Amino acid sequence: MKTYNIYITGVGGQGVVRTSMVLGLACVRKGVNVVMSEIHGMAQRGGSVPAEMKIGDAYSPIIERGGTDLLISFEPAESLRATDKLSKDTVAVVNVQPIVPVTVALGQSKYMEPVTYINELKSRIRKVVVLNAEDIAREAGNVLALNMVMLGASSAVPGFPIEREYLVAAMKENLPAKAIDANLRAFDMGFEQATKDLA
Amino acid sequence: MSDILTAPSGSKLYLLGNEAVVRGALENRISVAATYPGTPSSEIGDVFMDVAKDAGMYFEFSSNEKVALEVAASAAASGLRSFVWMKHVGLNVAADSFMSLAYTKLRAGMIVLSADDPSMWSSQNEQDNRWYARLGNAPLLEPSSPQEMKDLMQYAFEVSEKSGLAVLMRTTTRVSHMRGVVTMGEVHVGKQKGEFIQDPGRFVPLPAAAYVAHKRILGVLAELARDVESSPWNRVYGQGGKLGVLTSGPTFNYAMDVVQEYDLPVDVLKLTFTYPFPENTVLEFINGHDAILVAEEVDPIMEKEVLAIIGKYGLNKKVYGKLDGTMPMPYEFSTDILKAGIGKALGTTLPEKEPVATDLQLPVRPPVWCPGCGHRMMYSATKAAIEHLGIKNAIYPTDIGCYSLSAAAPFKMADYLLSMGSSIGTASGLSVATDQKVVGFIGDSTFFHSGMPPLVNAVHAARKLVIVVLDNRITAMTGGQPNPGIPVNGMGDAAPEVSIEAITKAIGVGFVKTVDPANLAAAQAVMEEALAFDGVAVVIAKHPCVMIKPKGETQKKKLVFAVNREACDKCMVCVTRFACPAMFVDEDGTVAIDEALCSGCAVCVQVCPQKAISVRRQP
Repeated sequence: MKTYNIYITGVGGQGVVRTSMVLGLACVRKGVNVVMSEIHGMAQRGGSVPAEMKIGDAYSPIIERGGTDLLISFEPAESLRATDKLSKDTVAVVNVQPIVPVTVALGQSKYMEPVTYINELKSRIRKVVVLNAEDIAREAGNVLALNMVMLGASSAVPGFPIEREYLVAAMKENLPAKAIDANLRAFDMGFEQATKDLA
Repeated sequence: MSDILTAPSGSKLYLLGNEAVVRGALENRISVAATYPGTPSSEIGDVFMDVAKDAGMYFEFSSNEKVALEVAASAAASGLRSFVWMKHVGLNVAADSFMSLAYTKLRAGMIVLSADDPSMWSSQNEQDNRWYARLGNAPLLEPSSPQEMKDLMQYAFEVSEKSGLAVLMRTTTRVSHMRGVVTMGEVHVGKQKGEFIQDPGRFVPLPAAAYVAHKRILGVLAELARDVESSPWNRVYGQGGKLGVLTSGPTFNYAMDVVQEYDLPVDVLKLTFTYPFPENTVLEFINGHDAILVAEEVDPIMEKEVLAIIGKYGLNKKVYGKLDGTMPMPYEFSTDILKAGIGKALGTTLPEKEPVATDLQLPVRPPVWCPGCGHRMMYSATKAAIEHLGIKNAIYPTDIGCYSLSAAAPFKMADYLLSMGSSIGTASGLSVATDQKVVGFIGDSTFFHSGMPPLVNAVHAARKLVIVVLDNRITAMTGGQPNPGIPVNGMGDAAPEVSIEAITKAIGVGFVKTVDPANLAAAQAVMEEALAFDGVAVVIAKHPCVMIKPKGETQKKKLVFAVNREACDKCMVCVTRFACPAMFVDEDGTVAIDEALCSGCAVCVQVCPQKAISVRRQP
């Protein structure tokens, strides 16, 4: 069976690992195999945080060159950091809100307009769903629900292998009870926005 | 209570390898567990801290890996099953006792887990700890997945108890930090107390006893070498083919994914029990194939075993691996690397999906100290003191912990690093070898781990140097574990605090001062005094980690600071000298503070020459 490969990326503190946890747990609830690789330790201190995930009959979670089906990027510049794992068939869901690293203020690197990174990605792969996940999360009632906006939007991508019921069940298991309503709203608003974009 | 303890037999959890192995211990009558935290092994301790009390077992964060190994060894010598784990370089610290461990025949199973870090995601070297199995006479097991990390615990205890030897389990970052579906078994509670029955011939390897023991060990290993041939953990996957791929640990996963994706006529031999090396199993595998590809991370250990077997039996077989350049020597492998290696051995190029590329320059995003981190404050104060005193060419030995990030701009104050505690030993040596001013930096947990002996040495050798102990009240870089300096232990119980200040004074350090670096001027003044002191000076910079609080401690209400746009003259001192990630430069060149990132530490207020930063008024 062909696996469905998801590359999730962002910056430490944005909820990349939590998102992949919810998604993985949803796979368990659906009864499909899932493997994931996380990086802990030094890489977490404000650095890039990538997680690689394969859903289906895979032994290793490490995605091959060009092997990503879905890229979920919590940050526009980060969406281009692992282009060797993307192909022209990859679909991406990208949050437009930039996180400018301290190296920019120190004059060691440049951060361009976020749209520059997104347009570059658009010119390379099949489809890019762009959303302002922070604004949507705030509208849903909790700015920290940004990651569930991203997950909801991702679940609207054609071919995404896990249905809403399993994702919702995993959210209820994994997220704090008092924040669940805002997170569910955030998830659905992300889904709706992406569905419109993909239509 | 944690699922890892309570999940019923047969249920499935989605676990990290490092979490699954804890369940494996709980299912197999674990009594005593100990560690010193180190990535990629740290989560094992985090889970034990969570479950130990409810599981009715003992767990401790020991002051270093050697102590942890000794705690576990003496439990096993007293008839209790024990488990100790560490990152690969941690086993160097424990090596002195690990090397003698085999010379004492254990009375219950003991497992030593070494989490290796190929590609050095969070380590200072890439050593391959499979050598330690050979060096220390320990049976070696190499799991490939979270399920195996759990299931292997039972087998490892059986092997250990049959042989009286501690078993070495080698994982890598990609196995310890792999998350997957794990099916639970039944939890079995271990004994709480054993009994130590004196037997000097067995437990005291004085020369005469060690002389006898070494021969005994060789006999035990010879017996294990027979057992390993029938181990259910070593088996061939595939339906036959001319190429055989020999794998262990994560390389099995990569090989299987390649063979499945391309439906290749290739057999994969998965070796899990790899020392003593299963000579006959591998001989049979070699004989059944025209060529062998050996896939292992990092050193060509199995490959040389294969070549030795081929030489011993006079076989004529082609071996592909690291030694002929088919596989890379350093760094971790991947499915792509296995794809290239298997392709070469088959004389073909396996097709891949064409990756995309970009010419855009991406911003550099290195790990940095968090907003509000006390390390940034103390390095700022030290830099200011050095500049104020006009000291040129000072040397800054550094150590293992978040403070090694001082290597980055704008501080660039990390000059020499070898291992845990090396800041103080190298500071001594640098003060001998040069006339430069030496200021070493070490953390609280690292000080307890291995900072005391070199400090004794510096005092006794009458060196002139400054040591800054960055006491952030936690073991931070590994995710926040307690250490002897804070009033809580691995069981979550209240524990006596060990005072760094009292230790340094007792050692005879002539200058000892404690300062909170959040007061930059005070910290600078103390550093200037220390730099002028004629002898060993220790400055303890005490400021709690901003991210991680010990359990039970609550976060203070947070103030948020802002830059007054009229008062800011764009001098950039705050950005270029302090470099807090919460500060950024606006479109018009004015500095601004990201409200979400600001921790409210108020230190930037002291840094700004124009006094342009203040508490943001509520609207």
